[in-house]
Amino acid sequence: MTKPRFKKPTEDPVAARVALTLTAVLFIGLFLLLPLVVVFSQALSTGFAAARAAILEPDALSAIHLTLITAAIAVPLNMVFGVSAAWAIAKFDFRGKSVLTTLIDLPFSVSPVVAGLIYVLVFGLQGWLGPWLRAHDIKIIFALPGIVLATIFVTFPFVARELIPLMTDQGRDEEEAAVSLGATGLQTFFRVTLPNVKWGLLYGVLLCNARAMGEFGAVSVVSGHIRGLTDTMPLHVEVLYNDYQYVGAFAVASLLALLALVTLALKSLLEWRYADEIAAVHRH
Amino acid sequence: MAGAFARWRAPSVLPGFGLSLGFTLFYLSALVLIPLAALIVRPWDLGFAGFWRVVAAPRTLAALELSFGGAALAAGINTIFGLIVAWVLVRYRVPGKRLIDALVDLPFALPTAVAGIALSALYASNGWLGAPLAGLGIKVAYTPLGVVVALVFIGLPFVVRTLEPVLADMGHEAEEAAATLGASRLQTFRRVVLPALSPALITGAALAFARAVGEYGSVIFIAGNLPMVSEIAPLLIVIKLQEYDYAGAAAIGVVMLAVSFVMLFALNALQGWTARR
Repeated sequence: MTKPRFKKPTEDPVAARVALTLTAVLFIGLFLLLPLVVVFSQALSTGFAAARAAILEPDALSAIHLTLITAAIAVPLNMVFGVSAAWAIAKFDFRGKSVLTTLIDLPFSVSPVVAGLIYVLVFGLQGWLGPWLRAHDIKIIFALPGIVLATIFVTFPFVARELIPLMTDQGRDEEEAAVSLGATGLQTFFRVTLPNVKWGLLYGVLLCNARAMGEFGAVSVVSGHIRGLTDTMPLHVEVLYNDYQYVGAFAVASLLALLALVTLALKSLLEWRYADEIAAVHRH
Repeated sequence: MAGAFARWRAPSVLPGFGLSLGFTLFYLSALVLIPLAALIVRPWDLGFAGFWRVVAAPRTLAALELSFGGAALAAGINTIFGLIVAWVLVRYRVPGKRLIDALVDLPFALPTAVAGIALSALYASNGWLGAPLAGLGIKVAYTPLGVVVALVFIGLPFVVRTLEPVLADMGHEAEEAAATLGASRLQTFRRVVLPALSPALITGAALAFARAVGEYGSVIFIAGNLPMVSEIAPLLIVIKLQEYDYAGAAAIGVVMLAVSFVMLFALNALQGWTARR
């Protein structure tokens, strides 16, 4: 490679290149990197032991536990839904398909607070089913089921919107061949479809899980903030922060930030390694 | 019966259509559509006059104005800087490009409450950025400006991620032609590149705006939440819920939902229009 002697006509002037690059790097550094650095630096501001103690404190542990349980219920449900929706939409032609696809994306355009509110309006004491639930002593709002419902709502489209374009692109030939050779529906799905979409599915599940564990607004509306009982990790961060326990708040927050970093790393790895096996267009 | 069914869907040898579509519709209705219907029905408990009293109250109007105005301002800022970031990432060779590119997605991955307390600590009057800004007489935390900062944070990836594929697919031919015909680089950018990018710019800005309007977690910590000054609409919903004013909370929720849908619809129409042009 020799150095080009002439500036290509589509090349920006050097001054412009330097100015734009500096602006971009500075903007990313100030607006994205610095908040991330602050989380860890505040968590460790009084030493590692204090941060560790804040994470191992009973209320924090119960918040971690609740977050893991919530994600363990919400993510598989949305995964099954995503696979099922993608199978129906990508492998068959029927009327109303585009309406259905739009409706699946709907939760992304709803404010998280509204997402929590709608379940309060259905299951809350003054909600549609409130009196009946109370008579039967079933608690949904201010309890685990409400937290799971709100989490399902905000993470609803992740898997489906990854799989639908991917499975549509892959077409139906392989499945039709399998069926014509005598494979059952389940055999076709597990032996033919799933191997084709496994990286895309993992990608969708990864994003779904990150949001499920980190959701704040929707869960905050339905949780009731009962310390040690219905506080998830993000809610526990809020409680500690509002109590002026900054080290504790940032210590728990740094666990969530680590989760975000791991998610980003895996996501980049998947995009880089399996670019062709993940839906071509990524819009979040 | 069979005839009607055949017209409704194309025949296929693949199994599982009824099961997968049935489950999809059930799950969608039970978890999304029916609860949303509960929201739309609820405010009318108050009658139209009552609904209007909630929505037109000065405190509600101030909150809606801040949520929508702040979101619009943040989307504007993100459009400009998002374009610069996308341009640099696609066109230039920058050391650590892959790392910067991965970092752009941070606001998608970082829980909003974490972003909220981090921004709040950063811009507080004794924070890393707050202290020097205070020296210049600029107060960010606990003011409407803080709201905009948080909304810029969460909206940036929408603009960059919408622009990147379009920029990468855009060949250099049109720019080369413009340069051959004597256009300066700036003229080429304004007359050739920008028009080609404008649908993606508008889409990215609209996505960032839609996300910012409903944003809660990253905002409430830095906003200070002063009624009439720095209180966002989603927070007002939470406050009404804590006062057990379900109908009032639902009224504000319906207004936000309606505006989001109008935005989404307008965006679809706009995309259709630019695609035809």
